[in-house]
Amino acid sequence: MATTPDAVLEPAGAPPVPDARSVTDARIFVASQWQLMWWRFRRHKVAVASAVVVLGFYLVVVGADFLAYADPDASEAQRSLMPPQRVYLLDGWRFAPYVHGVKGVRDPNTFKRVYRPDPSQKVPLRFFAQGFEYRFLGLIPATRHLIGVDGGDAEKRIFLLGTDVQGRDLWSRLMYGTRISLTIGLIGVSLSLVLGVVLGGLSGFYGGVIDTLIQRTIEILRSIPTIPLWMGLAAAMPRDWTILQVYFAITLIISLLGWTDLARVVRGRFLAMREEDFVVSARLVGCTRTRTIFVHMVPSFMSHIIAATTLALPAMIISETALSFLGLGLRPPAISWGVLLQQAQNVQTVAISPWLMLPAVPVIVAVMAFNFLGDGLRDAADPYGR
Amino acid sequence: MLAYIGRRALLALFTVWAISVLSFAIIQLPPGDYVTSYIAQMASSGSVVTEEEAQNLRIQYGLGQPIYVQYLKWMNLIVRGNFGMSMEWRRPVAEVIGERLWLTVVVSVAALILTWVLALPIGIYSAVRQYSPGDYAATFVGFIGLAVPNFLLALVLLYLGFVLFNAHIGGLFSPELQDAPWSTARVVDLLKHLPVPALILGLAGTAQQVRIMRANLLDELRKPYVVTARSKGLSELRVLLKYPVRLALNPFASTIGYTLPYIVSGSIIVSLVLGLPTVGPLLLKALIAQDMFLAGTIVLLLGLMTVIGTLISDIVLVWIDPRIRLEET
Repeated sequence: MATTPDAVLEPAGAPPVPDARSVTDARIFVASQWQLMWWRFRRHKVAVASAVVVLGFYLVVVGADFLAYADPDASEAQRSLMPPQRVYLLDGWRFAPYVHGVKGVRDPNTFKRVYRPDPSQKVPLRFFAQGFEYRFLGLIPATRHLIGVDGGDAEKRIFLLGTDVQGRDLWSRLMYGTRISLTIGLIGVSLSLVLGVVLGGLSGFYGGVIDTLIQRTIEILRSIPTIPLWMGLAAAMPRDWTILQVYFAITLIISLLGWTDLARVVRGRFLAMREEDFVVSARLVGCTRTRTIFVHMVPSFMSHIIAATTLALPAMIISETALSFLGLGLRPPAISWGVLLQQAQNVQTVAISPWLMLPAVPVIVAVMAFNFLGDGLRDAADPYGR
Repeated sequence: MLAYIGRRALLALFTVWAISVLSFAIIQLPPGDYVTSYIAQMASSGSVVTEEEAQNLRIQYGLGQPIYVQYLKWMNLIVRGNFGMSMEWRRPVAEVIGERLWLTVVVSVAALILTWVLALPIGIYSAVRQYSPGDYAATFVGFIGLAVPNFLLALVLLYLGFVLFNAHIGGLFSPELQDAPWSTARVVDLLKHLPVPALILGLAGTAQQVRIMRANLLDELRKPYVVTARSKGLSELRVLLKYPVRLALNPFASTIGYTLPYIVSGSIIVSLVLGLPTVGPLLLKALIAQDMFLAGTIVLLLGLMTVIGTLISDIVLVWIDPRIRLEET
């Protein structure tokens, strides 16, 4: 594609270039393919906003321990099912965020534990406060967290999003859950990508029997209800596997689901490109097949692959969440969005503690952001078209 | 047309074969064979399986023989309608699944029909009144439908129903008709409960189909033949329905085949959240208890059902739209 600039020089039916615009047009003529794509992508406002959101999610992945303020596994029966706390930003006129202390009491009628904010007690929030120990990026030992409270006295704690049944802080767990859910999606999609590019490439480059075989396989895979199948595979995992083993097994299972669409995209590009001049000339000057494919063809449709990969991510995230939600995917003590949502399975529980449904919010936001971003990238992927 | 249907049927046959292999793999995956777990199960409940009985079971299922012989024996039993024993329920698998399979079919078909019934008019409206508030509303709901996994949607609706109306919107039957024999009252009750699960299951598919229909129809509406039809004095509705809608239906129809597997998949998880008496909860229980004959059979039957459903919808669509015939054969 990069070698056929005619499409830019003579846009079909374009009016004669007015003088004022000739400067920008000159810029377009000499711009590289990636530059053109970036300009086109920038025009898609929703996609740009989604890119920021996605970036934010991955910052959480990197800095989960810094953003969490409580040990995600520290449970405390005294703080079971606390509702989210209100944060007061201003103390008088000064910006000094604080929360009220909380007192747990038994309701004399129902014997249920209820929590009342205690307005007489102000618990100031500190930025870059000391907290539990962790290793930043898995390497550097650190104890600082974005927010926290002094001392960490039992009565003076923060629970921004409340706690779960075992009294673990939901905000901190959500941070760690984001790390696992999003990396599983990313690793899963990379595996899918390898499968999709190899099989789609074989299919599109060789054609004939191989093509028919792979295309039929894709059609068969797409006409099978996948969830029961993945449930079966996931349930067959030995119970005594470690978290890490389960993590990779689940990744493998969900990546077997996502490759078909990627393979279709790659095959389509190969078919469209097989007869292009630059591919033919590469063959004629004596490039080997591998070199033709990886040096000349793959770079020119890299952008399409990136777009298709982004669009495949939401399905991965949803699959992991669904499997873990059912108790067949990741199991506690691992933390993922699906594991967190497991606590919201029961309507009675949710009706009393609706904040347990909060982990659904990042799932939905992430899925939407990846979808919009993928749409924008797909439109930008072919800057010479339309 | 026959050649096309023949090819679809052949592919369906292959799909069924692939599903049977995968279901068999699911049965085989856990460690230990069927008979050892059967004996252990029996022993835990106090009854003893004699050596002779165990030997007979081993011969019946061909355990100890090469894996493909075991597969063929299993297929042979299945074709004769013998799905093996469910260990957890200690009853034949066919009996345990029973009515639940049909209710799964009912829920899935309801969702599929709802998808078509909703997507067609909304898609047409969105295209004809492009950028109208209605179009924006449809697009917005569509994005929500695509982004919210259906089991979360079920959860949220269940919660809202509980909090706002103090009503339980789950289930397929009222409590008093739960285990009653089939009667008119029970069918009416089922129909009353059906819309909520059908809507939850069908929403994502509907959203996708609306987008496809809208895009196709927008392409068609810009073509000169529409102007021609209008200038000949046809009424606006007739212009629309007679030509562009029919043409836009073609790519719309060819993607419908993928909707059914998606709905069936979703029905498993949604059934769990909403407490529907379909095979979904049964499958999960069977998988957790490692009741593999039951689990494998459910996966096989769900697959079979989906393939048959897709084949039927393929044939119906070919019959409705002659353009598919010309294109694909």
